Amino acid sequence: MPMTMDMFVFLVLAFVAVASAFGMLISRNGIYAILFLVLNFLTVAVFYLLLGAPFIALSQVTIYAGAIMVLFLFVIMLLGTDKLPPSTGLSYQRVATYVLGGLLLAEIGYWIWRGALTGVIPPPSAELNSMASIQEMSLMLFSQYLLPFEVTSILLLVAMIGAIVLTIKQKGGRG
Amino acid sequence: MVPVSYYLVVSGILFSIGAMGVLLRRNSLVVFMSIELMLNAGNLAFVAFARMHNTFSGQLFVFFVMAVAAAEVAVGLALIVTIFRTKNSINLDQMNNLKG
Repeated sequence: MPMTMDMFVFLVLAFVAVASAFGMLISRNGIYAILFLVLNFLTVAVFYLLLGAPFIALSQVTIYAGAIMVLFLFVIMLLGTDKLPPSTGLSYQRVATYVLGGLLLAEIGYWIWRGALTGVIPPPSAELNSMASIQEMSLMLFSQYLLPFEVTSILLLVAMIGAIVLTIKQKGGRG
Repeated sequence: MVPVSYYLVVSGILFSIGAMGVLLRRNSLVVFMSIELMLNAGNLAFVAFARMHNTFSGQLFVFFVMAVAAAEVAVGLALIVTIFRTKNSINLDQMNNLKG
């Protein structure tokens, strides 16, 4: 298969995504783990652009890499627990983790191979990456998926109240 | 022209790394981040399939998954802060009783 521009961008990004995920997995310092994860989310956002999903890509950058990761950063700095002593858990835990993780990966790979998913994703067309696609998507969101959308808003409200109730300090209580 | 299975392989690798992070790490915040990584891998597969079938449903599902992840992070981080107040640690090995 000749190396197209698309393929080249995909391979470089795939390498960065996997490497940054590994960096998150093995870094001792919590702050570094967060920064690796932000890098990973940004590369996945570029994947979304390659797949012709500009709205999802921008939400990924603003919601995930922006808001959620800043929240993590705040909590880890607030608690001052960026470094933990090495685990004192079971000694075979580490080996078991790598074996089970490898098994999971092998299983996923096997089913992708067995599924023979031969569909090819063409390079994103100008029409897919334009405002028209966002318009079409939002029409679908507010017609076919209106009920899930409303339920999501209730879920976010409940999460907001829940977070406040959990962290509020009660006067005289153990808080 | 990138085959859709390539995207699925990347998604599978990211999911496996996330699962390994949940099993391996004892810092509850890093475990939480690994869960986010797994959700993200699922999202990538959703968008790849949506592109393969030329439909917007997959992208809308990713939108909902993001909203659920945001809610989960808000409540989860609140729980971690509360646990830190009582136990002075976020090490998962020390979270071994239900009564605070």
